[in-house]
Parts: sequence; C-alpha cells; structure tokens
Amino acid sequence: MTDTEERKSAPETISRVVVRFAGDSGDGMQLTGDRFTSASAMFGNDLSTLPDFPAEIRAPAGTVNGVSSFQVHISDHDITTPGDAPSVLVAMNPAALKADLGRLEQGGLLIVNRDSFVERDLAKVGYESNPLDDDSLSDYRVVEVPMTSLTIEATASLGVKPRDAERSKNFFALGMISWLFSRPRESTLDWISTRFKDDLIRASNTAAFNAGYHFGETTELFDHPFQVESAHMPPGEYTNITGNVALAWGLVAAGQLAKLPVFLGSYPITPASDILHELSKSKHFGVRTVQAEDEIAAAGMALGAAFAGHLGVTTTSGPGLALKSETLSLAVSLELPMLLIDIQRGGPSTGLPTKTEAADLNIAMYGRHSEAPLPIVAAYSPSHCFHAAIEAARIALKYRTPVILLSDGYIANGSEPWLLPDVDSLPDISVSFQEEFNHVAPDGTDEYWPYLRDPETLARPWAIPGTPGLMHRIGGLEKEDGSGDINYTPANHEKMVHLRAAKIAGIAADIPPAEVVGDADADVCILGWGSTWAAIDAAVQRTRRRGLKVAWVHLVHVSPLPPNLGELLRSFPKVLVPELNLGQLCRIVRAEFLIDAQAVSKVQGLPFTSIELEDAIEAALGITETAGRREGAA
Amino acid sequence: MTDTVIPLTTKKDWTSDQEVRWCPGCGDYGILLAVQTLMPELGVKLENAVFVSGIGCSSRFPYYMNTYGVHSIHGRAPAIATGVAVARPDLDVWVITGDGDALSIGGNHLIHALRRNVNLTILLFNNRIYGLTKGQYSPTSEIGKVTKSTPMGSIDHPFSPLALALGAEASFVARTHDLDRKHMMETFRAAHAHRGAAFVEILQNCNVFNDGAFDELTGRKVRGEMMIDLHHGEPITFGEDAHAGVVMGSDGHLRIVEVADVGLEAILRHDAHRADPSLAFALSRLSADEPGSSTATWSPTPFGVFRDVERPDYGTMVGAQLAEASSKKGPGDLRALLQSAGTWQVG
Ligand SMILES: Cc1ncc(C[n+]2csc(CCOP(=O)(O)OP(=O)(O)O)c2C)c(N)n1
Ligand code: SF4
Ligand SMILES: [Mg+2]
Repeated sequence: MTDTEERKSAPETISRVVVRFAGDSGDGMQLTGDRFTSASAMFGNDLSTLPDFPAEIRAPAGTVNGVSSFQVHISDHDITTPGDAPSVLVAMNPAALKADLGRLEQGGLLIVNRDSFVERDLAKVGYESNPLDDDSLSDYRVVEVPMTSLTIEATASLGVKPRDAERSKNFFALGMISWLFSRPRESTLDWISTRFKDDLIRASNTAAFNAGYHFGETTELFDHPFQVESAHMPPGEYTNITGNVALAWGLVAAGQLAKLPVFLGSYPITPASDILHELSKSKHFGVRTVQAEDEIAAAGMALGAAFAGHLGVTTTSGPGLALKSETLSLAVSLELPMLLIDIQRGGPSTGLPTKTEAADLNIAMYGRHSEAPLPIVAAYSPSHCFHAAIEAARIALKYRTPVILLSDGYIANGSEPWLLPDVDSLPDISVSFQEEFNHVAPDGTDEYWPYLRDPETLARPWAIPGTPGLMHRIGGLEKEDGSGDINYTPANHEKMVHLRAAKIAGIAADIPPAEVVGDADADVCILGWGSTWAAIDAAVQRTRRRGLKVAWVHLVHVSPLPPNLGELLRSFPKVLVPELNLGQLCRIVRAEFLIDAQAVSKVQGLPFTSIELEDAIEAALGITETAGRREGAA
Repeated sequence: MTDTVIPLTTKKDWTSDQEVRWCPGCGDYGILLAVQTLMPELGVKLENAVFVSGIGCSSRFPYYMNTYGVHSIHGRAPAIATGVAVARPDLDVWVITGDGDALSIGGNHLIHALRRNVNLTILLFNNRIYGLTKGQYSPTSEIGKVTKSTPMGSIDHPFSPLALALGAEASFVARTHDLDRKHMMETFRAAHAHRGAAFVEILQNCNVFNDGAFDELTGRKVRGEMMIDLHHGEPITFGEDAHAGVVMGSDGHLRIVEVADVGLEAILRHDAHRADPSLAFALSRLSADEPGSSTATWSPTPFGVFRDVERPDYGTMVGAQLAEASSKKGPGDLRALLQSAGTWQVG
C-alpha cells in the first residue's frame, strides 16, 4: 500500500459534488447511492438525494426503460437540492449511459463499467458503435473500468461463482467512489456485515467493496482523490431522513403529543407505501395499521377509528385520493378529525407512478361534491414532513375536520440530514373528549348536543363511544345546528354550509403569517408551496447574491391561506408561482387576491432545477444576459 | 360481557327520541322492535353499543337506537365499522345494511370484513329491491323481475347473501325474517354471542316496492311447510309433525324427503360448528329459488344458524400484536425512534 501511495497526491478539497449512480434495475443502484449518502452524512456533509427509478419491478434488463439511478449532492455548506447537473456519472451499462449522459455537466467525470459495453448490450439500446471507442464522449473525462471482471476476480478465492459474483459489482463501484471522495470505509463495512445474513454474500460484497476501494488507490486512472469537508451545520445530533419516514415518525409523534392512539388505514400505492411499512413497525407505540381492501375502505376505517376516539390517518397517492373523496365529504359533514396524506406523483391515472409531480392541489382543494372545504398542509422537504404531520394533526384535532397533507414523490424518497428536534420542545396538541352533558332540554333534562360549537374555533364536541349518557347518532344527512338532529329546512342548511366554511376559514387566524425571505422591496416575489422549496431556495440565493432584488414566500398552509398573504403579494410588482403542475396555486391566488401572478410550470416527472428557476426569475425581470452566472453553489 | 342476568336497561332505554320515518307497514319496524327488545337482555351498556349503517331505508336504523351511531356512506358501513371495532375492541359494534348497500356497492367491504373476522354483528335487510331510491332491482332480485329499471324484466343473475358470506370465510352465518320476532331475537342473540364477524340475512318485506316478496315462504299459512328451522346437532326436519327432512344423496346433493320413507336416522344432522363450510353452503342453496330461479316457485328454505365456528377476531389479534411489540421492544420512546436509523453528532 505504502509504495503505491506515493504516487497519489493528497486529496484535493472541493466544496461540493453531485454524483449520479446509474445502472440496470437489477444492479442495486439505489442501495449503492443510499450507502454513499449514509457514509457522507455520517462524515458530516450536508446533502440532498434524488432517487429515480422505473415503475416496473423488473423492467427488461439492459434497456433504457429499466435504468435506475440515484443522484446525491454532498457539500461542505448548506444545500437543499440534489443538484442540477451531476459532475460525476457512474454508468454500469450502455443503457445507463444512454439514459443519463445528457444530465452530466460538460467536462464531467464519466466512469463506466467497460465489461458491459459489448455488442449485445450496445445493440439493445441502439448504439451502432461503441461510444467508448468513437469520439462521442470527448466532452467528458471518461474512465473505463472493467468492474464486472474485477469483481469476479476479487471474489473468486471465496468460492463465489462468477454469475453470483456479478451481483456484487455495485459494491465495487461503491468502493471506488468511496475512495475517490475520501469517504471513511468503516461505516459501509459495518453496514455490509450486519445487513447480509448469508456468509458468502456478505464476504463477496465486502471483497468487492474493498477491491473497488483499492482499485482507486492503486491504478492511475484517477489523478488523485477529492475531499468534501464536513459542513458547518448547527451543532447537535443528526440523522439522514427521507420524507416518507419523516411523515411516519411525525404521525407517531402526533399520536404521542395528542395522547391518542394512531390508527392508519391504507392501501398500498407508490410512492406512499413506505409510510404504511414504517408505521407497521411502530406497534409498540400503540399504532394500529390495517392494510385495507381498497382506498375507500382505508379512509372509512380511519374515519371509524376517529369516531371511536383515535387519531385516524389514511395515506395514499393521487388515484387513491380520488377514491377517498366521498369519505372526506362525510368527514367534513361528521366534523371528525382525520388525516389524509397524499404523496403526489405524475398523473392523470397511473401516469408516472415513480416520478414526482404536484398536481393534486386542485383535487385536494375542490375534489369533493358540494361545499366541503378542508384545510390543506403542504410539506416542503424530507425533514419538514415530520413537522407537517404534527401540524396537520393539530389542526384536524382542534377543529374536528379532515385535513389533507400533501407531499410528493421527490421529497418522499429524497433524503437530507436532519438535526433531531428536542422531543420535549414539540407542541402539545392534545384535545379533550366531551364527557358531560352540554345542554338542557326545555323540560329541564340534561342532554348532549353533538353540534353545539365552541364559539371561538366553531369546532363541535367530540364524545366517543363508551362515554355514559352521551350516546348520539351522526351521519351524512344534514344536521340541525346545535342538536345535530336530522334537519332539511332551507335556512338550517344554508346556516350549516356557512358554518362549515367559516370554521375552516377561521383557521387562518391560528397559523403563522406568511413571511418574506429576501428583499422586502424586491422586483419579483416567488410564491412557492411544497417541494419546490429546495430549488427556489437555491435560485433565490444565487440571484440575490448577484444583486437582483428577489423575495420569496413559501406556503405550508395552502388552505386556508395565511391571512396576510394577499397584502404581502400585492406589495410586489411581480409574482411568480413555480409549480410542478400547470399553475394550480397560481390560479388560486389570482382568484383570491386579483393579482397578476404568473405560473412557472414543469410537468416532466422531475423537480425543478435551480437553474430553471433562475432563468424564470431573470425572464420576469427582463434580464437576458446569463453568461458566467452559473458557478457557485446549487 | 354480561355483568348481571337482570336487565339493567329496558326497551325504552334503547329507543331514541327520533321519529321513525319508514313507510307504514314496512318490515323494518319489526326488525327495529326485535333489536330494541333484545338489547336489554344482552347485558350491553347503552354507551358501549355502536350501530353503523350505510345508505338505504334500512340504514336509517341507527337514528332510532339510543346508542352511539353512524349513518355513513352507501356501501361503506363494514369498512367504517372495522375502524371502530379495531380501534376499540371493548365496543359492541353492529352493522345495519341493505341488499343493495351490502351486496352491490359495498360488496368488497362486506367480504373483507367477514374474511378478517372483525368483531361485528352484521344485519342485512334483504328486501330484494332498492327501497330508498324507489324501486330498482337489486343483486338479490330474481331473474325476470320487472322494476323501474328493468321494464322487460331483470336479466341479471342474482346471488345468495348466505352463499356469498360463506364463500368469504364468514365464521357465523344465519337467516331470519321480519315476521317472527322471536326467531329474529334468537338469531340476533346467537349472532351477538359470536365473537368475530356474525352475518345475518333478514328477509324483509318492502310493502311499497316489492310487497309480498317472501309471502310464499314466510306467510303465516305456508310457513310451517316452507321454512326449515336449523338446530345444531339435530336432524334437519320440518313441516307438520316434522314429516319432511333433508338427506344427502350419494351424489352429494341435498334432497327433501318424507321422513317416513327413509327413517329418521337417514336424515342429515345439522352441524353449525363444523370447520368445513360445505354443508352450510349446500343448505344455503337448498331452496329452488336460491338463487335466481326464473320460476317464482319457492321450495322449503332453511332458516336459523347455518354456521357458527370459532376463529380469533381481528381486533383482538391486532391488539395482541401491539402487546407483543411492546413487550419485545418496550413501550415506544419517541427519542429512540428518531435515533433508530443511526445518528451522528456535529459540534
Ligand atoms: C354513492 C351513492 N350512490 C347511490 C346512492 C343512492 N342510493 C341510496 S340507497 C340505494 C339503494 C338502497 O338499496 P338497499 O341497500 O337494498 O336498501 P333499502 O333501501 O332497500 O333498505 C341507492 C342506490 C347513494 N346514496 N350513494
Ligand atoms: S320503501 Fe320499502 S323498504 Fe323503504 S321504508 Fe318504504 S316499505 Fe320500507
Ligand atoms: Mg333493499
């Protein structure tokens, strides 16, 4: 080791790097990316990830459709996006090269598995000549590594058959990249040894990982390794978290903070299923999970549990949200707390099940029959999902209303380091059940009126079965204000429609006012919601650093809107609303506030890049000169 | 579950102050009366009973019970009741549903509540018609039935609620009818005593849109020769002096015979507790009109408890897993959960 070492110069320190691992669905790229992320997180980098995988479980091997990628951005300073263009692309086969080369920045480092660039694999994706042998890759720094054969060689002495050894080649790639970016090896080696129960597989992956690491060290293919120093993050204890896990933990926390058992009714659907999986592991918190027969049942079960005094939750994605619509309307009418979590994905219909989109705002706002308003909370980053779940539960419980929490595939699967909150500082969101009579009948007897409202919140009392004396019937038929008896009279119905609307509108006074990030006297204000947060953050920072006057308002509460929002937006000459849809929030603010907000749309199944938003800001400001502005942190 | 044998409540306690709004003469009144009369005898506390219904005439039922109740969504009562029963295994949860509600729009929820064996007492009011929407045919209407939506007669093959429930692995399956309060109460009592999902089909007359649908079966004059009362462990006989009985032929078919011709030993003995549901299934299809014979001729039809077998109920099993998880991992600790994926320190 020592004599080869001399050749290598010390690691070159860089402030950030975006690495993209791309291979066949069967190549284990998600695992590879995830391990590289973990090692970087433990090392202390700030980071953000973007997994990108096909909808098919086993798409035909070696095809462009079957390419599975994982992009990770690591940095020595605060970052929020997984990076626009990777500067390193690891392509395990020609399909991965074909699918992802377009993303690699000019002059970027392209590391390919030479062994897979054979005629059959090339032909599968329509390469007429081998791109490694013609000059089509001359814009990049290409490093060809026979990863498959080196892995077979490295594991042969263990008695691993070549076909099996091939499965460890992602660990070879991981080892090589770990060396290239000076990642400590221990955390990955520890992980391999606990994760793989089968002795031979464990040994084979360990050998492949070490071989990859040494290969980087000993060959002359790379000039020198790089180092991304740890970021100066606020001190404290960190974990690396995806949005879906944060949501599940947020729900567990909400149950604890509300002192209520959590009940999840759910039907599997990508990209929401991981919340069901995670909560199913939380039984020791008293969390009940039922995998229902369909989304309608899942929502119904959650509502039934809410009637019985639990924190009822249902999780889904777009098509499932459509099925739950009728139950949401009943929940609006019953005025019971309930949480619906929608992890948005590309649609309509099955659409792009594994790709992101944020186009369910319309259905969340309006997708119920009749007048059935409800609050909507939108999570904006993987770790924010934790707090968004608690906030959605707080509103649902306090106002006895179904609440929709919107997340999307990008933050659901993406991850970031998260400074663990002090558990004791989390809000108390508990409410009390009604246990006493609340009304006196004309004949003097005490009685319970299920629709006698709290004058301040307009919430009705919540008396749960098992409470003596407070037996009552509620249902979808219109109820008399106060007594809750069936009542079809015109004036009562009108009153109830207005009361239900006023209750939701009144929540505006109980949420934080909208805040402006950036310049109060800005020429343009960006209005964002949901996962566009990361790209907006980067774009706003960069344009402001260049002296442009830009403001940014990001909404967590999409319904009702913060009470000061209209006034705030009117104070800016221009308002831009970037959304992964055709302008759904934009239309709402135009209608609500009569302002000339402009939509910035993207519907490619991908999040915005910060450059796209920088371009949009510049275009809004009439700037066309963009040369030289693109270095700097993303 | 019973604290005492002396009823603590009276029928009046179980009756809500709401005006009952079914058509005069509707069979639903008799069913309501049977349930309200029975409840005090079950030793259930008012506040522990929950009635969940879907939508339909029958589904108005919870409004008339002085208990907790939810009048929910067309077809979804079994799902909503599952939420109640799984969240709170201490409650006494009843589902009230109709033939359209349970078998058409809500068929999926019904079969899965039965399969999971959720602790529910499910009363299906089968009037073979959509009452509330004013008289369209239902999944139990006979072929050829003329209704507003089938002016030339129905061509939809109907199915038997009992056969469906048995196919869905129901652990308790019974049939009764709206004209015999005593039989209803006995059947509901048995259903209530069963831990898990208990499914009861109640033949119910809709005197407005399908009047007399069951007259040839349950009418006072014909009943004796048309209704076969099932009793666990006893030979399946019926008619005056129990002259007729059910035998199983060597081809596996059930047939109705004169007891005198074959001898009582040859008559099939009813076994509601048998794990294998095939006898219950055969009995559910014994009637010539079961299901869908286009001739409106009725033949003797079994009533009572077809199947009553023990199987752990869903809510209890869910609770057991929570308890097991707590004893293995210790009660949930939020801080430990947040640290569970591995953490690192900065600063
Ligand atoms: C989603 C939905 N679809 C349709 C209806 C209209 N609807 C109400 S009750 C009913 C049928 C009721 O028939 P059944 O379940 O047999 O009850 P019955 O009135 O006969 O007791 C229908 C179609 C509805 N309320 N909701
Ligand atoms: S329509 Fe039929 S089922 Fe409905 S209340 Fe009237 S008689 Fe009863
Ligand atoms: Mg009916």
